[in-house]
This record gives sequence, C-alpha cells and structure tokens, in this order.
Amino acid sequence: MLHAALSLPGAPAVMGVVETAHAIAAGAVRASDVAAAALARIDAFEGDLHAFLHVDRTGALAAAERVDADRRAGLPLGPLAGVPVHIKDMIAVAGMPLTAGSKMLAGWTPPLDATVVARLRAAGAVLIGKTNQDEFAMGSSNENSAFGPSRNPWDRTRVAGGSSGGAAAATAAGLGCGGLGTDTGGSVRQPAALCGVVGFKPTWGRVSRAGVVAFASSLDQVGTLTRSVADAAALYTAIAGSDPLDATSDPRPVADCAADLTEAKDLRGVRLGVPIEYLDAADGLDAGVRQRIEEALATLAQRGADVRRVSLPHVRFGIAAYYLVCTAEASANLQRYDGVRFGHRAALAPGATLDSLYATSRGEGFGPEVKRRILLGTFALSAGFHDAYYRKACQVRRLVHDDFARALRDCDALVGPTSPVCAWPLGAHAHDPLAMYLMDIFTVSANLAGLPALSVPAAPHPASALPVGLQFVGRAFDEASLLRVAHAFEAARGPCAWPAPAARSE
Amino acid sequence: MLVTALPAPTTVAYEAVIGLEVHAQLRTRTKIFCGCPTDFGAAANAHVCPVCLGLPGALPVLNAEAVQMAVRAGLATGCEVQARSVFARKNYFYPDLPKGYQISQADQPVCVAGHLDIGDACRLDINDGASGAPRRIGITRIHLEEDAGKSVHGEGGVHASFINLNRAGVPLIEIVSEPDLRTSEEAVTYLRELRAILVYLGVCDGNLDQGSFRCDANVSVRPVGQQRLGTRCEIKNMNSFRSVRDAIDYEIARQTALCRVGERIAQQTRLWNQELARTEPMRSKEESHDYRYFPDPDLLPLRIDEAVFRALAATLPELPAQKRTRLQRDLGLSAAVAATLCEEPQRVDRFEAALGTNPDPKQASALAHFLMAQVAGALNRMEQRSWDDVAAAMPELLTLCERWRSGGLSNKMLAEVLQQAFLSENPLPDALLAAMAQAGSVVRDEGAVQAAVDQVLAAHPKELQRYRGGQTQALGFFIGQVMRRLAGKGDAALVTDVLKRRLDG
Repeated sequence: MLHAALSLPGAPAVMGVVETAHAIAAGAVRASDVAAAALARIDAFEGDLHAFLHVDRTGALAAAERVDADRRAGLPLGPLAGVPVHIKDMIAVAGMPLTAGSKMLAGWTPPLDATVVARLRAAGAVLIGKTNQDEFAMGSSNENSAFGPSRNPWDRTRVAGGSSGGAAAATAAGLGCGGLGTDTGGSVRQPAALCGVVGFKPTWGRVSRAGVVAFASSLDQVGTLTRSVADAAALYTAIAGSDPLDATSDPRPVADCAADLTEAKDLRGVRLGVPIEYLDAADGLDAGVRQRIEEALATLAQRGADVRRVSLPHVRFGIAAYYLVCTAEASANLQRYDGVRFGHRAALAPGATLDSLYATSRGEGFGPEVKRRILLGTFALSAGFHDAYYRKACQVRRLVHDDFARALRDCDALVGPTSPVCAWPLGAHAHDPLAMYLMDIFTVSANLAGLPALSVPAAPHPASALPVGLQFVGRAFDEASLLRVAHAFEAARGPCAWPAPAARSE
Repeated sequence: MLVTALPAPTTVAYEAVIGLEVHAQLRTRTKIFCGCPTDFGAAANAHVCPVCLGLPGALPVLNAEAVQMAVRAGLATGCEVQARSVFARKNYFYPDLPKGYQISQADQPVCVAGHLDIGDACRLDINDGASGAPRRIGITRIHLEEDAGKSVHGEGGVHASFINLNRAGVPLIEIVSEPDLRTSEEAVTYLRELRAILVYLGVCDGNLDQGSFRCDANVSVRPVGQQRLGTRCEIKNMNSFRSVRDAIDYEIARQTALCRVGERIAQQTRLWNQELARTEPMRSKEESHDYRYFPDPDLLPLRIDEAVFRALAATLPELPAQKRTRLQRDLGLSAAVAATLCEEPQRVDRFEAALGTNPDPKQASALAHFLMAQVAGALNRMEQRSWDDVAAAMPELLTLCERWRSGGLSNKMLAEVLQQAFLSENPLPDALLAAMAQAGSVVRDEGAVQAAVDQVLAAHPKELQRYRGGQTQALGFFIGQVMRRLAGKGDAALVTDVLKRRLDG
C-alpha cells in the first residue's frame, strides 16, 4: 500500500475516499473513529507540516457522529458519508475562519458555505479543517502564506508546492482522505506533483466558484487533492455541476465519473499527444523528471495508447500571458479589501484621510507577492498600457486556446510533466519571483484554455526519490475521459515504494 | 436663446453643444446581481446580502428583468439591440462601492444608435398653434449597470461618515445622447420626453427628487458655423428640470464669456450649486480617474436572441408621442393640452378612462381644457394637491366639468368648489363630491333675479345715469353687482337678460 507507512500505531490504516465511504457504509468502521483517527494524525504531523490554518475538531466529530447516528437509524447515507476531507482556506466554510492565507482576512468568518462545501456536506463528508496556502493563492511554494509555509511530507526541508500546498501536504500525509484546492495556474496540480498525490482541475465552468475567494476569476477553478484517481473522481462527482449562484457555471450535466472508471485499464485506441514544447524542447526540465516522464509515456504505449508528438506553438508565451491576465483580474478582485467593511483596518489617528485608511490598511494587510501582483495588474490595465499588456495577453490566450483545440481534435488527451522540477528546498527561490513564476510553465496553459487537467504521480525521481507528477490535459467538459486515462495509467504504474515521510524529516 | 441673442456687431456669435447622460433606476423587484429588494426607504443596510456587500467569494448573477427593461427602453427609443453585449468592471475606490469596482457596460453596451424626436408636440411651454419641425436627437447608447451605495457624512452631528448599501446593486440604465442639443430648453424637452417614455414603459418611476431619474450634462460652446467641438465641461448635481435648465444656461454664459475674452475652457467636471445658482469645479482629484475597464470574468457576455427581442417588442405600450398624436387627432385636443396630459401615463389613462370607450370629442376637449385651465390653476394655488390626486378624481372632475358647462354652476361657484375640495383633508374624489353638494345650484328664479336687479339699480343711480347716457360698458359693473347680491349663484344668462331688459326698456 502506498501509504501504509504513514499509519500510526493503533490507528486505522489510512484509507482513501472511496475505501472509507464503503467501509463506513458497510459498517466495517464507524465514521467517528475515522474522524478521530484523522484528527490524531493531524496532531502527530501538524507540528512538522503546518498543513492546516484551522482544524475543526468539534465540528468534525459532531458531523461524524451524525453519520453514525443516521446509519444506526437506517437512514440513507450520502456517497461521501463519514469521509474526512479538508478545504483550502480560499473556500468558505460557514462557521470556520477564512484567511485566504492573508493577514488581511485574519479573524474573518464567512456567513455561508461555498457551493462546493455545501455539496460535500450534502454528500455526507466530514469537514476537518482549512488548509494552508499562499496568500490569495499567489505562489508556487506555499512560502507566501502569511502564517508560514507548509512543508513537504517527503522531505520537510522542502516546499510542498503551491498554492494549495497545505492541501497537498495533508493529503500525502494522510491527514484526511483528501480535500479541495483551487487552481488558477496550477495551484492544485503542481503541489500534488511535488507531494506525490493526485491533483485534478476540472474544466473552467464545471465547478461553481460561488463562495470561493477570487484571485483571477477567468482562470480560477476548484479542484481536488486525493491519493488516487478514483478518489478524485468521487470528490469531483460530488462537487461538479451548474449552480444558480455562479453565472459562469456550465449547465451541461455531469457524468458520474466515480462509477465510470472501468476495471479494464486498457488504453487501446486512445490517442495521447505529447507537446514537444513540454518535453523535447522544454527548457529547464530536470533530467530525472524527463526520464520518469519518458518512462511513463512508454508505460502508456505498452497499455495500448497511441502516443504521438504534437506541437502547441504559442504555449511558450503562456507564462507571460498568464501573469498579465491573472494580475489584471487580481488587481480588481482584491480592491474589496479596503479596510472599510471587513478584514484588516489600520489603526489611524482621528482625522486621517480616506486615502490613508486605504493605503495603510492594504499596506499592512497584504504581503509582498500580493502587492507585487496588484501593482503588475494595475499597470497592465492602465490607460496607455492596456492595449500593449492586458489586451495583448488576451489575444495570446486565444491563440493558446486554439493550439489546444487543434491538438485535441486529433488526440484524446495531452500528456507531459506537471512541474519541471521536484520539490525544491524552502527559501531557494524566495528572492527570485520570476524563477518562481517559471515553475508554473507546464500548468498555466490549461487554465488559459479553460481545459480539465490532472496530475498523477509517476515513478519517483531517480536521484532524489522525490515525487514526480505526470500531467494529462483533456477536452473541455470531458472530465470522464481524462479520469479514465489517468486511472489506467495509475493502474499500469502500480504502487510506488516511496519512503515514509518521517524518515526524511531528521 | 441666451447666446445667439447676444452678438454685437463686433463679436462672433456662439452656439452651445449639449449632450446628456441620464441614469434611470429600473423598477425591478430585486437588485441587478442579487436577490435583495430594491424598495426605497427601508432602514439603512436592511437590503444587503453577501453579493451586494462584496463579501469574498460572492458572485454576481444577472437579473433577467433588468435586461428586459433595458431592451424595452432601447426599443422605445429606436435603438439597435445588440445580440451580444459585455459587462465590464469600472475600477475605483470609494467606501460606498463595496467591491472596489462598479459592474457596468463599457465598449459593448446592450443598445446603440437610437433617437428621440423632440418638437412642438412634446413641449409644454409653447403657445398653441406655434409651428416648428420636430428635431431628432441621437441616442448614442443605453447600457446596464449597478448603482453604488450612499455615503452620509456627519449625520446627527457625529464627526463620522455612514454608509448605506441598500442602493448598492440597484439596476440602472445609462442613456447617453449625441451632442445634438443646442439650448437648455431643448435639453429639458428631451429629458421630459425621455422620462415620459421610461415611465410609460414602466421601467423607471421617473422620480427626480429621489434620484431615480438623474442627469449629467456635457456642455461646450463654439462659434456658429464651426464644425469642431469646443472643450466640454461635464455638469453634475442637477436634481430638477429647472436646475438642468439653469445650470446649462449658466454654463453656456460662463463659457461664452471666457471665449469672448480669448480664454481657454478647461475640461473639467463641475457641480451645480443650487443656492448660489452657479456651477463650480469639482476638486480635480475627484475626477482624475483611470477606471481600468476590463470585461468582468464573473459574467458571461449577455446574449439576447431574436425570439426574446421580438417578444419584448410586442410588449411596448402606446408611447407618449403616439398618444399625443392620437388625442389631438381623435379628440381635437391642442398640442399643449395633449402634452401636459400625456406627461404622466397615469394622468392620461385616468383622463381616458373617465371619458369611457367611445369618447365624445366635444366632451373630451371640454374636460381637457377644464383640467388645463381651472384645475391646473387650482393646483398652482394649492400645493397640497398633485396631479396624482387629480388623476385619481377624474370621474368626479368630469361630473363637475359637465355641470359647469351646462350652466349648473357659475364660474365663482366652480372656483369655490375646487378651492374647498383642494383644501379638504379628505381624498380628492370624496372632497369634490362634498363640495359639489354644498355648492347648491344656480338661482334661476326670475323673481329673485329681478328683485336683485331692482336693488342694484336703486343703489347706483349715477352708474344708471351714465349707462343711459350711452356708456353701455357699465353693463359689466351691474352684472357683477347683481351676482354679488345673489352670492355668486345667479344664472349668468338670466341675470344679463333681466338687466338688459330693465336698462334698455
């Protein structure tokens, strides 16, 4: 078992979403024992990992006891009844504080559940807490969290990735069965790759953003972090589908992807495109990562897939376009944090001007990366620069979208690395924001094109034994096919004999 | 026309160029992007939710009723309704703007290229019979947007500002005219007509006091004959038709005076100061905004398909211009009377209802003139009643008018009935019925009239002598005296007849 080594003596073995739901439904284990075990693991690991910003012991145990009571009473159980899950701190859970990783929102508690949270509750899931993240999801290492970074369970001197680093670290360490993150430029997939778990970002519009703190609205999408593709499908099926509270949510019906994963893990007839820009011609791709990706491609071919090279000529402009679009939208999205109605308000002398209230509150409340992006985005939208930056970026975005559309006419999915490198040491890029931005090089394009994408662990790095992520990108609103392909790869790859997290922490 | 009236032999004549931006609050039940009610007058911050408070994670969802109203306004003003339009974010910081941006439509509005005809037919201040071709004023665009909240400074003597977000997110349409207007009078005529159209459509209550219909004016001047536009100033803070007229006239005079002495006009936003009757520059800081518009990624482009468009076109009511034409044609009303009646749909609807389905043109014309002369006069003198009250009492007023026309009431009696009814605290219909009952009836008893005539002639021997000496204009004096003795209730024809027989006989 992949995570058998994570178990604590005396605690139930760490199970996945599907396994836990089945065990509880069958009466093999009580939901309250599962919740207690998850909380015990959090106690054991959290000091090292700092994966959580808030743990709701009382709420989790109460919810689990309700599941047990329902079961005793013979009431129907939801598909996720008793499954302990964590929620990234970008996503509102009524009654739990929400910070979005920022001092700006410290102490603020949202009045309502995000739609995705309400759907998880309705499915019977037990919400155990809020996971750590880069401030307002701006970062690729979790080091931009105002409350200190999460650490990588495989090596605690290294980053967990970002921005959903807390969710990825918690999932890898077995703190809950999985959870929800948000992915604006790779914020679910990249930390999943660095922590050795499955990170799944559905199509933009497939999952409601209502109740999710906005970073860059046209790119943001809620995704899942789990320890298997089947678990990703289970969480995704629970949260996906149109929502009257989100005008951009798509009305198309959602297939039950959890039920849809066939036992026959055969890839015959499946055409997989390998973008040369993401492998053969990729700058900065670590040799060990390249080796593992090429081995994964061979595995896919062995299972019958038609693996072929494709070209996405405009993706090399993807990072530049991404960092203009996301900063422009963020500059507007973050204007509501002005110290007037909620969030941090600077203590000012009587008679201070309105402008100083804004400037001081925002100056104190936001961290340096958030300020940098607000400045970049404000500049990109400014009179005189709007056409050269924001508008040009939107044009490039359209070209990137068209590249993917063309490639996906002849291919069922695209495949390549998720991250150019494995988890790097904490602090390694702390003073080089541009180097950090380049860590998103393989992930941002799926957001620009709005396509579903998933990172699944390949074999660990040949030198460091750190996790390596393999990324699949699928057709819009065809999450089912994407999950099937990833599931087949996962089965072909087989269990990985990875070191226990604790072994590397010394 | 202030400006063209000015030229002296040595000076150039200037003309004004005026464009108007009207913000009309739509009468939807709920706000444009959330389900909060739009009612005016609720307790502060009673009508708010996560969306209109701009809480993190809250998303806007467009109100279909607001779109329908905007489209109907566009159809009624000859606009092209766009199959695809886009909501944008207009970014600026202000405490009553919760999200730090206003959702508005920028370069892709819902309606473009419309027009409004203004001409004698819709002017209220012209003499009957005046002629003049109607003028077509271009409408550049109509777009949908959300209103901001309201800031109240220093209320109750407290040195603090208060924010009321009940209005934040109330739907507005902004209607932008072409710079086709040339005088303040035209501007006001355009505004009255636009307001009437929106009120007829039921999309706006047209209330200038409460700010549900507000207007900014762009004004510039240029020498007559010059094509190029002068530098414009935007005038804000006008909350009545009168202040629009006064502010524009002031601004034209100010700019013309500057031009005459060769000074440049500074492009700026100016506020109308009602007390001092002048425009004043806004602090330049308040207007130096770079709004950094970009499409709102939370809202997909608004698509209006042909079927919706056609269905909405079929819901348009008879519009003010059509109604005026019909009333003039079918009922023989004058242009001015038709214009006043048609200014408010409720007014004209009650007027038509009182006349019944097959109105007699004579009766209609009489009622209309009765309303415009006697009733409007009473309204002017007694401010406690409004045209709304009058509209509500149309059947009773028709009865009163008929009684007066048939000689059942003298002029004086009519005036007393109106005064008594208008001053009463009861609803106008009840008050009118009561006043009519008290008014009694005209004195038609020939004996009583003769007695009064005898008394008057006996009391005024000098005047009698003068009349018999040929100064027959003294007849009026005698009629007045007789009517006074009859307490104003004498039948006018009978009094004249008896007097003449006595005087001439």
